[in-house]
Amino acid sequence: MSDNIGNPMIRMASSAKKGEIIEVRSLIMNPMTTGLMKDKAGKLIPAHFIQTVNVTFNNKPLLDIDWSTAVSANPYLAFKLRAESSGTLKMVWKDNTGGIWSADSKLTVA
Amino acid sequence: MNKTIHRRQFLGTTLATGAVATAAGIGLIRPQLAFADNVPGWPAKAFDAKVLKEAMSNAIGKTQVAVSPKVKLTAPTIAENGGAVPVTIEIDSPMTTDDYIAAVYLFVDHNPTPLASQFTFTPACGQAYIQERIKMAKTDNVRVVAKTNKGELMASAPREVKVTIGGCGG
Repeated sequence: MSDNIGNPMIRMASSAKKGEIIEVRSLIMNPMTTGLMKDKAGKLIPAHFIQTVNVTFNNKPLLDIDWSTAVSANPYLAFKLRAESSGTLKMVWKDNTGGIWSADSKLTVA
Repeated sequence: MNKTIHRRQFLGTTLATGAVATAAGIGLIRPQLAFADNVPGWPAKAFDAKVLKEAMSNAIGKTQVAVSPKVKLTAPTIAENGGAVPVTIEIDSPMTTDDYIAAVYLFVDHNPTPLASQFTFTPACGQAYIQERIKMAKTDNVRVVAKTNKGELMASAPREVKVTIGGCGG
């Protein structure tokens, strides 16, 4: 699993009308192991999961998420954004082993 | 002259490589110490709670919250795979600077740790909306509690999801 980790992706419209509420969908690869499961040899698999996702728009906080091990492997996340001005949406994912990934997407508001 | 620079560059590179190797060494040890290095600000107390009441109390300071039709939780009636149960959360709110949903908490009653996720919204979201996939150990209730910017709490009706294969295997 550890070689298949990260690779964050954001999917959203690249342009919107002012005031329009658009959906942002994201995906990242992470095992999201709980630390409660054992492998075939009976050894506990350590907890390895994303704990926080921070979303900003033009560097201003938009949405902060705290996750537990109950979030499925390779977490998918969708949320909304009110298009008020053109700019960049940025997402930063952090896991409990020091892993940090980020991705961004540009929005043009007409 | 050239030789001196080369030697310096070499020294610099060696030192940097040494630092990276040390960092990698620490990185290898880290995953063994589960929860030892939580991301700063991650609410460990609420997430580590083992029963619903404790998780609710740690997260929102209450164990009972009145149900409001404003809080909508959508989840499948039957989930074949408890390892990935899609849930959609939608809260009816104007999302203006004076009146918005500040935080949302998602619980699964009997999961080993009932608090599944916590969301902190801003008015710029335009809508208090989340879609994600969660793990469920067995057939159980999923519930959502929303908190407005004024601190008012409201809950969704508990939503039962029948789980055919528990999500603890995935």
